[in-house]
Amino acid sequence: MEKIMEKNDTHAFGFWVYLMTDIIIFGVLFAVYMVLRANTFGGPTSNDLFSLPTALVNTLVLLTSSFTCGLMTLAARKGKVNQTIAWLIATFALGATFLALELGEFSRFIAIGASWQRSAFLSSFFTLVGTHGLHIAVGLLWIIVAIVQLKLRGLTPGVTSKLTRFALFWHFLDIVWIFIFTTVYLMGML
Amino acid sequence: MEHFFLGDLTWSDLPHQWFTIGGTGAIIVGGIIVAAVITYFKRWTWLWKEWLTSTDPKKIGIMYIVMASLMLFRGGLDAIMIWIQQAISAGNAPGYLGAAHGYLDASHFQQIFTAHGDIMVFFVTMGFFFGIMNLIVPLQIGARDLAFPFLNSLGFWLYVAGAVFINMFFVVGGEFAASGWLSLPPLSEIQFSPGTGVDYWVWSLQISGLGSLLGGINFIVTILKMRVKGMKLMMMPLFTWTSLCSMVLVVASFPVLTITTLLLWFDRFFGMHFFTSGFGGNPMLYVNLIWMWGHPEVYILVIPAFGIFSEIVATFSGKKIFGYVSMVCSAIAITLLSFLVWLHHFFTMGAGADVDAFFGIMTGIIAIPTAAQIFNWIATMFRGRIRFTTPMMYFMGFVSLFTFGGMAGVLLSIPGADFELHNSLFLVAHFHTMIVSAALFGIFAGITYWFPKVFGFTLNEKIGRRAFWLWIVGFFMSFVPLYILGFLGATRRLDHYAASTGWQPFFIIAATGVCIIAAAVITQAWQVIVSIRDRRQNTDTTGDPWDGHTLEWATASPVPFYNFAKTPVVDGRDAFWEMKKRGERPGILPPDGYDDITLSKNTGMAIYLSGFVFLAAFGLVWHIIWLALLGIFGAIACVIIRSFDEDTEYVLPAAEVERLEKLAWKK
Amino acid sequence: MSGGVFDPQGPIALQERDLIIIAVSLMLLIAIPMLILLYTFAWKYRAGNKKAAYDPQHVGNALKQLTWWAIPAAIIAVIAVINWQSTHALDPYKPIVSGRPPLTIEVVALEWKWLFIYPAQGIATVNFIQFPEQTPIHFVLTADAPMSSFWIPQLGSQIYAMAAMETQLDLMASATGTYVGKDTEINGAGYSGMTFLARSTSQNDFNAWVASVKDSSNTLTVDEYKNTLLPPSENDPPAFYSSVDPYLFTAILTKYNAPSPTGTPMAFPGMQM
Repeated sequence: MEKIMEKNDTHAFGFWVYLMTDIIIFGVLFAVYMVLRANTFGGPTSNDLFSLPTALVNTLVLLTSSFTCGLMTLAARKGKVNQTIAWLIATFALGATFLALELGEFSRFIAIGASWQRSAFLSSFFTLVGTHGLHIAVGLLWIIVAIVQLKLRGLTPGVTSKLTRFALFWHFLDIVWIFIFTTVYLMGML
Repeated sequence: MEHFFLGDLTWSDLPHQWFTIGGTGAIIVGGIIVAAVITYFKRWTWLWKEWLTSTDPKKIGIMYIVMASLMLFRGGLDAIMIWIQQAISAGNAPGYLGAAHGYLDASHFQQIFTAHGDIMVFFVTMGFFFGIMNLIVPLQIGARDLAFPFLNSLGFWLYVAGAVFINMFFVVGGEFAASGWLSLPPLSEIQFSPGTGVDYWVWSLQISGLGSLLGGINFIVTILKMRVKGMKLMMMPLFTWTSLCSMVLVVASFPVLTITTLLLWFDRFFGMHFFTSGFGGNPMLYVNLIWMWGHPEVYILVIPAFGIFSEIVATFSGKKIFGYVSMVCSAIAITLLSFLVWLHHFFTMGAGADVDAFFGIMTGIIAIPTAAQIFNWIATMFRGRIRFTTPMMYFMGFVSLFTFGGMAGVLLSIPGADFELHNSLFLVAHFHTMIVSAALFGIFAGITYWFPKVFGFTLNEKIGRRAFWLWIVGFFMSFVPLYILGFLGATRRLDHYAASTGWQPFFIIAATGVCIIAAAVITQAWQVIVSIRDRRQNTDTTGDPWDGHTLEWATASPVPFYNFAKTPVVDGRDAFWEMKKRGERPGILPPDGYDDITLSKNTGMAIYLSGFVFLAAFGLVWHIIWLALLGIFGAIACVIIRSFDEDTEYVLPAAEVERLEKLAWKK
Repeated sequence: MSGGVFDPQGPIALQERDLIIIAVSLMLLIAIPMLILLYTFAWKYRAGNKKAAYDPQHVGNALKQLTWWAIPAAIIAVIAVINWQSTHALDPYKPIVSGRPPLTIEVVALEWKWLFIYPAQGIATVNFIQFPEQTPIHFVLTADAPMSSFWIPQLGSQIYAMAAMETQLDLMASATGTYVGKDTEINGAGYSGMTFLARSTSQNDFNAWVASVKDSSNTLTVDEYKNTLLPPSENDPPAFYSSVDPYLFTAILTKYNAPSPTGTPMAFPGMQM
């Protein structure tokens, strides 16, 4: 048992180091966005495109999903398999909603000719926000796998350890989104 | 429909030039010979079960070194081709093989030096270091394995996939990137490099970079979490310390490389405008980002070598290292400073005097901890009993060359001097001096030093020393002319130059020098063959042939797959040396008997996963969407399947450990 | 060593050569003793020499170790001061002080040749420049090609020429002579052949040369630029243009920068780039 604890601890530490590398990737994307966001090349600017209500709804949905993810962790800690699954499903639903809203926004932009090919600003916008969206999609896939494993095996130490790492990942994405919301949407609307 | 199945591939992408036919032929013939040998000796199952699917860091380490050696031959061939071209391409003499100058046309020549740089950095130097770290770091910290054995195997196989991928252009496409080893835009954008060369470049770096990143995370966690009982951070052997520093650099800088080259590929594939000249793109942004990775990268290549030399100097001087704390501090200082100097790679971009001077001074400051290290090594020799074995010879060669290479580096860090030397052959000579003397000599010294630990017999000293002298002579002949040519105003990457420049004699001397280096490499290969032939005379029965200081020497040679039968307990630096002084001898039945050992099982999943990643990359280079999707979903499926596998370990019973230990020490 | 960094023909190159010599000398102050120590210890403490002292526990103390840091730090501190001063003194954007008014030459790096425009004289050349001796030359550079680097080793500093951006470089030749200029940054297949001649002459010879160029029949219009200069070509011989569109340089510089409302790269008023 002590060995398993030690191992989960090592895994969690390794995951933290991985998250550091992801932070650097997002850091570069943020920096690139800040450098290029004025380079609209005569195309639409952030003011022309962004709508604060959409971004706010997106933010609320994702924040709520972080909350349900926290409840999932609590349920898992109490050893309640069904409750854990229920909160995972809730998190999934919210994450999927977020992704759908984001894709909707993307297609609206593309429909009015503001695609990533239009200007450096739009290239960096789509890449930064899209990279976050891709992470969310990975998270959704992770939820599905976690639910299957919970159904098959219950809350074994291995599964719990994976759930802990998933929660870390999901909260991390939430924090990244807060940064996106502020630097991309809020600053872009000023 | 045809485009759906084949993407941008056409018949004309199959080999038809002399070098692609040659390259493809070499790959096919080599493959057939290897396959025939394995089949003849009926070794397929053995190869698969004992090696390819292994998660034992020692086996992975050996495979890294074998692969890196192959790539050294490949990159070395490029070097020879470069020098021959430059030796014969003065003036307007008629060219050969259809080239206007020399025997290579400009674009082909540019592809060769691009491939040479990338192969030597990513697949030779980094491959060797990951190999040596795999072999030695777990032993030095008294661990049985890395923290994540599967990720270790995956990192290795991604490295292999990347190495194969960078050679794929021989078989399909026929052209590599011709834009220099960092492929700066706008030259590397689709407008100026419309072929698939840059895409091959991007994806081989993506694949191998992912492998390096996994390796970096793995070693950081291993070193910080899996040290033997009692070993505090400030008791770690210096090679472990420098490996940690190097891996921190990997983890902090490789994401930058990954995302930057990916953005370049987005420009090329999706028509984005990050680094294009028009549409608001900013090529200078790429130059900044790539060097934010690139400068830490050069320290990733030399810091582990500093650690290797620290071990070697202490051991062969029969002394403890002088100034351990100072050595650790300077390694950390170099690690941190390496993030603050990237701009010195482009003083000539017109950033202004204040910015240039700041980065120049920061660069100069790195010389301080580096010089302190050299002084410490020299002080370690003071009042020692120095045995001049091959590793120690490489150390002497390293300090001699590195001192001058370092001076050239400090010179280049002064913007005013750099304005006259930037992109000249002086720069080329500088960084080759640094990388050859530190990284390559460190690798050769380290391999010679630890060879008996891994294989159970020492390498032939006489031939080893001969190889060393060939390296030194060859190096001087190749690179001293380049320093001079730089001062004469010769720029790097010239496929031809005017006869009136008077440069040709220097290029001919350099080309002669590279032949001597080639002879050195052949001598090294010969050294390994002779040593294997004479292995019975050179068997290391003690497990400690050099009177070593650190824990790896406490095990039998070759190291059993479980490393330590009983994990030692440590209470200070140079743990094994102290044990020997106290009269504690290894290999004796411990009073409380042996314990069961838990080890990780073999798995082929890393191979499948890397294979899918390879397919995805190939599909993306050639715009074969179904193949790319197959690769991506295949890789995801592998990860999911692996996540269901919780039966990844097995137990080696204590009785079996006892039997194996007795066998190991009886020799 | 003729023709290179150690054969300076102007004040900038001269200062840079001296800077190189001073910096190397300073570093030798530490490198030579370092290597002498290395070889001395290697000889003295070789295993065969049983007479030499042997002290395996000798690991130094804090003071000794600090000394090893202090010695290189002192040299680097001196170099840092030199670095700061020389970087400001040799700033490529800094005008050269001279009794004569500077001559401005606009430089455009193309695939794979150099276009030079003399705005005051109204002439243009390819792969050849001429200028009066002891006169500051103010280069203004851009590119209509991948990034290139403009370098005349015997006159001094190099600087990048980049599309959509303008960089500057100030050089001067002390005497008359002909110097080779080149590109140092790889920019495509014609990279190696992208050299030019820079000729420094007396003021009178320069004036005569300008007059002779003005007599030649070629003129550089925007169409001419697009049709003959913009397409890639290698190892181009010098070419001379008696007149040049006065907005050409600005148009090249801005064509990547200023978009028209429709989103296509904008041309300068009245010209389609």
